[in-house]
Amino acid sequence: MSDVTTVPGRSLVEVGDLTVDFGDLRAVDGLTFRLERGAALALVGESGSGKSTVASALLGLHRGTGTRVGGSIDVAGTDVQEASDEELQRLRGGRAAMVFQDPLSSLDPYYAIGDQIAEVYRVHARASRRAARARAVEVLDRVGIPDAARRSRSRPHEFSGGMRQRALIAMALACEPDLLIADEPTTALDVTVQAQILDLLHTLREETGMGLLLVTHDVGVAAESVDEVLVMRHGRAVEQGPVAEVLGAPARTYTRELLGAVPRVDAPREVRAAETVGEVVLEATGLRREFGRGKRAFTAVDDVSLTIHRGETLGIVGESGSGKTTLGRMLVGLLEPTAGEVRYDGHARVDVDPAVQMVFQDPVSSLNPRRTVGESIADPLRARGERDEGRIRGRVRELLERVGLEAAHYDRYPHEFSGGQRQRVGIARALAADPRIIVCDEPVSALDVTTQAQVVALLGELQRELGLALVFVAHDLAVVRQVSDRVAVMRRGRIVEEGPADEVYDNPQDPYTKQLLAAVPVLDPRIAAQRRAARRELAAV
Amino acid sequence: MTGFLARRVLGAVITLLAISVIVYVVFYVTPGNVAQITCGPRCSPAQVQQVAGQLHLGDPLYARYWDFLQGLVAGQDYSTGTSVQHCSAPCLGLSYQSDQQVTALILAKLPVSLSLVFGAMVLWLILGVGTGVLSAWRRGRLTERLLTGITLAGVATPVFVIGLLLMIVVCGQLQLLPFPQYVAFTDDPEQWAWNLLLPWLSLALIEAAAFARLTRASMLETLAEDHIRTFRAYGVGERSVIGRHALRGALAPVIALNANNFGSAVGGAVLTETLFGLPGIGQELVHAVKVVDLPVVVGMVLVIGFFVVVANAVADLLYAVADRRVVLA
Repeated sequence: MSDVTTVPGRSLVEVGDLTVDFGDLRAVDGLTFRLERGAALALVGESGSGKSTVASALLGLHRGTGTRVGGSIDVAGTDVQEASDEELQRLRGGRAAMVFQDPLSSLDPYYAIGDQIAEVYRVHARASRRAARARAVEVLDRVGIPDAARRSRSRPHEFSGGMRQRALIAMALACEPDLLIADEPTTALDVTVQAQILDLLHTLREETGMGLLLVTHDVGVAAESVDEVLVMRHGRAVEQGPVAEVLGAPARTYTRELLGAVPRVDAPREVRAAETVGEVVLEATGLRREFGRGKRAFTAVDDVSLTIHRGETLGIVGESGSGKTTLGRMLVGLLEPTAGEVRYDGHARVDVDPAVQMVFQDPVSSLNPRRTVGESIADPLRARGERDEGRIRGRVRELLERVGLEAAHYDRYPHEFSGGQRQRVGIARALAADPRIIVCDEPVSALDVTTQAQVVALLGELQRELGLALVFVAHDLAVVRQVSDRVAVMRRGRIVEEGPADEVYDNPQDPYTKQLLAAVPVLDPRIAAQRRAARRELAAV
Repeated sequence: MTGFLARRVLGAVITLLAISVIVYVVFYVTPGNVAQITCGPRCSPAQVQQVAGQLHLGDPLYARYWDFLQGLVAGQDYSTGTSVQHCSAPCLGLSYQSDQQVTALILAKLPVSLSLVFGAMVLWLILGVGTGVLSAWRRGRLTERLLTGITLAGVATPVFVIGLLLMIVVCGQLQLLPFPQYVAFTDDPEQWAWNLLLPWLSLALIEAAAFARLTRASMLETLAEDHIRTFRAYGVGERSVIGRHALRGALAPVIALNANNFGSAVGGAVLTETLFGLPGIGQELVHAVKVVDLPVVVGMVLVIGFFVVVANAVADLLYAVADRRVVLA
């Protein structure tokens, strides 16, 4: 269907000296790269590196927004900078299609998925409504949506996260584009679903010969999926080359730092002295929690028992919906268990106990934007009845310094801090109550890997100094291995496997744990290819 | 669906009963001699006494309210001195002023009010939503600034200014239309429409301003959503993006506002009714309040309340039709 006259010797994507300015901010600065037909390139970088901006620029999505785009962009034979609006519309979706990060918000909630794909198809191909609808079913079937004809009539909210992402990929495939641009396509997904989507992208590429430009913050995802990587930082290219070379023997310091910060699921944690782990501080028995009533009743946590000792870290790992957050909240006392009890230091807890504190996932929304961070940190102090302003200020300053911020930050507001700094504020607030246990619910999942490593290090340091017991709830298997002494794997509200971290990771007993570990992306592209082949064999059986 | 309807009907009944209690209490504690006002300024003390007896003004509040409820459920007989008038259920009582049955009074006024508000609603939705969509689409350009200015002026102008201006220009200067005069739809639909055209326009112009502003804000919000970006990135034209994807998402608050404004306009378009001499509910209500005609006030307020409740239930149904994620409860 593509009516483009392919100029021989011309690459699929050619970007020369690309600059993108948002007002005074230069998001992309002098970027040059090319992508050959059928090849795959990953733009890898942390947040703010400009990688997504490049993806948008390739389709001319900045046009009409006041953003200034300089340099040359040539995509599938279209000069994006000079093209007319009509030419751009033909390019978008027709020859180059984009898959976005959040598949729920990226689809229109009001229309059936099949209708949305058909609409896009009809923009680019002269087809009747009926033919377009048939095409939609065909591509939905192609991306592995079971019973595609029926499911094409569903609205996006009736699909699971993985199926929505498949649907978006189906939309991209509808017009048989030469280039697929995938902007963080698996970031919102569970690790097992991520593996499926990455495998799907790989298969589609093999079959259709389309080129892939993958934008990701996850080096592992890049290693699994592409031939070449381009590492970006502050809008500039840091390093570019074949994936095995760049990840195997990085030439630049930043690339080495980035790779060093990536938590490895296969690296055993440093063994620590046994005496740091002390008596039992928290004991949960038979915890159960239900939500809803009658037909809609749903058991989020089912018969979970665990103990936590002084000075140790218990990692709770699981995919979305496994009940790990609900469990964490019950341990802190933010949620009443439907059955079972939490005992703290041997006695049943009656209310929220200041000795058990929580650090939340999203450091943006868990701090009140209208109050200074000092005031937020002082809350637990005031809650305990401290009235002396001088003493409160003194203690908060101390805490700020303790978590690696400055005492002078007391009067600043949350928006003045970076994500990592905000999470430090969250930790300081948890420390203010002199807790013995801190439950961290996905404390680093919103952070870049380098920041993530710093926050993890801070938590370890605090634990050693204060003898804290930590409960580390996360979906990221590698991070959990990095921080935990013991690990509990959750699935559908139950703990399927529990034990010392290295044992669980190196010698998993439960099939679900094995499946999870097999899905984690690895940094070595050769191993990634082997594992993909293994997964494919498993699926074929 | 059945559950939704049952809950809505029950809720409406409770709401309306609560409203009637409040009106009764308010009028009970209102100062002033109701019998004197009802009887007129030239009545002798004896006559006033007699009126008070007829109207049961001496009875305690709960007894009078009980009477009202009985009439509503079972109907009631009223003696008007010489004859006995039977008022069948649902009986809202007799007007203190005219001895007319309130239900009959309402049935006479309601078509006028509904004619006015329905027509105006169609106009204000077309004008308001249209303007809102246009100014969201042309954001930051001259079109938008012009439209914003006009709608702001619309919000700020009282209805009698617009109405008077329309009448002076259209009926007086240009003589395109005769001065409006209510003609029942059942008598002559064409004359009905022509005569209501100016009242519709003046009521709609005022209301449209609020809809334009709301639609614009709501559209801008939807246009910033991710799925809009998706369709732009797939080469879908701007007209389709705006009309198909953005507008549908932006309509929910518009539906809600419309439900409220429709309901309250049924009894609240007093100025428009007065200006164009339309004998509607609003005018009658204002008059009844002035002369402390309790049964009429209660009746009118209940009718208005009924329309507000129904309009909101319809809005909820529309939500559920527009957005399948909404569960009716």
